[in-house]
Amino acid sequence: MNKAATKTRKENDFWERNRKSEGYLLKKTAMDIGIRIVRAILLFGLCFLILQPILNKVLISIMREGDLYDPLVVNVPRHVTAINYQLAAMCMDYAKTFGNTLLISLTIALLQIAVCTLVGYGFARFKFPLKGFWFACVLLVIVVPPQTIATSLHLHFRFFDILGIFKLLTGSTLNLRSSVVPYYLMSAGCMGLKNGLYIFLIRQYFRNIPFDLEEAAYVDGCGTLKTFLRIMLPDAKPILTSCFLFAFVWQWTDGFYSSMFLGNIKLLSTSLQRLGDQVGTYYKEVLQVQGGASVGYTNCIIATGTLMVITPLLVLYLFAQKGFVESLSSSGIKM
Amino acid sequence: MKKQKKLAGLQKRKAISGYLFILPFIIGFLVFMVQPLFQSLQMSLSDVKISPEGFKSVFWGIENYKRAFVIDPDFVRLLVEEIEKLGVNTLAVMVFSFFVALILNQKFKGRAFVRAVFFLPVILSSGVILGVEYDNALLSGLQETIQENANDTSITLVIQHILETASSGNSTVTRLFETVFDVVNGIYDIAITSGIQILIYLSGLQTISDSMYEAAAIEGCTSWESLWKITFPMISPMLLVNLVYTIVDFCMRSDSEVMDMINQQMTLFMDYGFASAMAWIYFAVVIVIIGISSLLLSKVVYYYE
Repeated sequence: MNKAATKTRKENDFWERNRKSEGYLLKKTAMDIGIRIVRAILLFGLCFLILQPILNKVLISIMREGDLYDPLVVNVPRHVTAINYQLAAMCMDYAKTFGNTLLISLTIALLQIAVCTLVGYGFARFKFPLKGFWFACVLLVIVVPPQTIATSLHLHFRFFDILGIFKLLTGSTLNLRSSVVPYYLMSAGCMGLKNGLYIFLIRQYFRNIPFDLEEAAYVDGCGTLKTFLRIMLPDAKPILTSCFLFAFVWQWTDGFYSSMFLGNIKLLSTSLQRLGDQVGTYYKEVLQVQGGASVGYTNCIIATGTLMVITPLLVLYLFAQKGFVESLSSSGIKM
Repeated sequence: MKKQKKLAGLQKRKAISGYLFILPFIIGFLVFMVQPLFQSLQMSLSDVKISPEGFKSVFWGIENYKRAFVIDPDFVRLLVEEIEKLGVNTLAVMVFSFFVALILNQKFKGRAFVRAVFFLPVILSSGVILGVEYDNALLSGLQETIQENANDTSITLVIQHILETASSGNSTVTRLFETVFDVVNGIYDIAITSGIQILIYLSGLQTISDSMYEAAAIEGCTSWESLWKITFPMISPMLLVNLVYTIVDFCMRSDSEVMDMINQQMTLFMDYGFASAMAWIYFAVVIVIIGISSLLLSKVVYYYE
């Protein structure tokens, strides 16, 4: 009774106020609701657009081969099966490649971010001659397509030498083409995947930390390195986490650097690229099927494989979403 | 006198430690960037022959460049197409991500979820996955045929048809419509490439203080006006960052046709000289485009501080 009374009073109040404002309030409320509805529809559509391929892959990956050609089956499979996963896992040698990828991505990302932090800090906090020039070089690194220099780097690692030392000692240059060393060397020199971008972001973050903090540390007798480790690093945790996550994820899915500079080690990204051929070979040689697997089924296996590659990343994203997004959006990237 | 000397000493020491901090970059840059760049420049100017013993390159001037521009039937066409696509795509991504960032900056239920979905492509559309996605186009082609056979005409197709017949006769308008339809059809590609850009715009939007909008509203400014008079100028530095990022991202994506051609020349035909020359031309074109467009855009950029 009481509640209803307040409700009617509120409604009366609304119409009362609307009358007093000469219809303005009603117009505004209607407009508000309209905007909300349009926004909801738009966002729903766009979210669906982005999520649909993943959902589609999930559904395809649990279909039997027959369902793919069944005209009655559009999205929901008739026979649910896990055989696609088994086949994809076998063709990709999933357990082993997963371990390799995890190890490589973790160590590479750690190394890259450690080095990029040093460099970014150097650019943000010190004044030295030719600073502008070197920073222009960082920007150049961001812009140069890696394909431009790939060939020559490839040769470089084929006949690797540091100032002729190895040739002097062993009589020949080192062949690093089939090992993982080249990419670690490149990462240590900030020339890995998108490292210029990380330097840029980290520098941007360090620049925004007030200088008083550093001064105080110096006055109290802290050396340069100690100031960096004790005062600056803890402050920069958010940006370092997000750069680390990006480095990890991009390394995980990278195909170009992995196939060029990581030798013959089996990684998820490179085996995903070969998955189609692998399935064909398996059908031809093990199952003795003339002509290999059908095109549709190969695509189904590739979808399954893609899903298996990105699932760990999706899980990571679910848990570390804040780390990916928040620190970047608060760092205030400007030019 | 003595004090000044000590100060200079401190500055010098700081300069030295600064150099020590960026030393990894300097070494890496010299060894893994400058040297290969020069080598590939040199290769592009010479005839590279491969033999079991190694590489032999004979200097022959701009022959490779001549070949790329005058003799090769595909390169110039691909390059022009690429630039055209770059223009359309960059514009579309800039507008789309700005628009989405504006929406995502408002308060509504489920905002965290929607944001998470929009940044998902940052992870999912990188590296090999994008390439695999394109190979998978076959399957979607199959679906399209099924849909067409199923006889359901969608409203968008009808509209497209009407607009195309209405504009037939005027070739520029038809072309314009076609470009617009291409962009609309490729909205998925645009959505998955604008994750980082949305993030950058959002970071800019969050730095604009509410008091500005309040003051404008009190003065009788509608939200449409305050979008152009407040939001747009305040966010303009991000426009520049996003422009450069979008162009670079577009040119380095794995399914770029020019890049494909260069890689093919390199791996299939082992023609390193020609491949390097094409890579250099492409690189130079990209740099020029970035330079010109950011110069043009920097006229509009407004710095608040």
